[in-house]
Amino acid sequence: MVAEAQNLKVSVWRGTGETGEFETFDVPSRESQTVLDVVSWIQQQADPTLTYRFACRVGMCGSCAMMVNGIPRWTCRTHVKKVSENNTLRIEPLRNMPVIKDLVADMDPFFDKWVSAEALHHPTSTRNDAITPVDATTPERQAADAGIECINCGICYAACDTVAGNPDYLGPAALQRAWTLLNDAKDGGRIAILDAVSGSGGCHNCHSMGSCTRYCPNELDPMSAIAGLKRETFRHALRRKRDA
Amino acid sequence: MLDLKLYMAQRLTALIMAPLVIGHIAVMIYAIQGGLSAAEILGRTQGSVFWFAFYGLFVLAVSVHAAIGLRVIAHEWGGLKGPALSALTWAVGLGLLIMGARAVWAVTWA
Repeated sequence: MVAEAQNLKVSVWRGTGETGEFETFDVPSRESQTVLDVVSWIQQQADPTLTYRFACRVGMCGSCAMMVNGIPRWTCRTHVKKVSENNTLRIEPLRNMPVIKDLVADMDPFFDKWVSAEALHHPTSTRNDAITPVDATTPERQAADAGIECINCGICYAACDTVAGNPDYLGPAALQRAWTLLNDAKDGGRIAILDAVSGSGGCHNCHSMGSCTRYCPNELDPMSAIAGLKRETFRHALRRKRDA
Repeated sequence: MLDLKLYMAQRLTALIMAPLVIGHIAVMIYAIQGGLSAAEILGRTQGSVFWFAFYGLFVLAVSVHAAIGLRVIAHEWGGLKGPALSALTWAVGLGLLIMGARAVWAVTWA
């Protein structure tokens, strides 16, 4: 590790619940340093009471997302050099979620909305039945595959301006999972999903501003998944009316 | 705040409005360029079933469409919710409908 002459000026949000303020730390600048490295350095070298969350450090677990200079990012895969402005960093807990302490956001509302969106598996068979074949070439499977690598990091939810203005909105992550399940041959919850995403906080609140797709660290496209849900719910409602 | 029914109502009224807006603008340009007087315009619209249906449908679609659009803005930007939000939606929708219907009535039938 080659130490560089300049230190980083890092403002970190400190506080419990709704109250708090920024505290500034001088952190030695290093080659190939991630934002998570910076936060860990502060906790290990400057203030052991700093609270933050991480686990895998390689972009798989989705635990370490924070706001970095106002933009939600996975901190373990974000290089300081790419995001610092004049050697300064401003690190905050994820937007659109309540704060527990310091950099730890309360993700309960986020995951509760996954359940509200029926973004959970609806089994179609028992262990005694044959396994439903999955044909990778169908358009439905390809639509499911396009969104399936979500790591639940909450970055799209923090980036979403519709969530910011409309706290009941289910948000991009939950709706994208609902969309992948809707297209999954092994999921039997079609009607439950369509009803769940058609309520007052449902997919129709999306304004297609696209921050979810812009900031998803796995380069997924929740905005298009939500557009798919809007189309499918619309079609389903028209069909239901015709059949009634 | 915006469920499937409201969403569908807004999209369907947008579909209705698209050709009507084009027709409306074309008529405005035609009326002004030809130098039509108010009396000449009224002479063509009064008793006309076509213009009654054209602008009647337009007013209906606008009332529904605008009420839902303003509802979204009032909620997301103004923080309005619950009964107050519903009241605003209905007030805007009915207000536009009454004003628009009066105007359509005045130029086609009254």
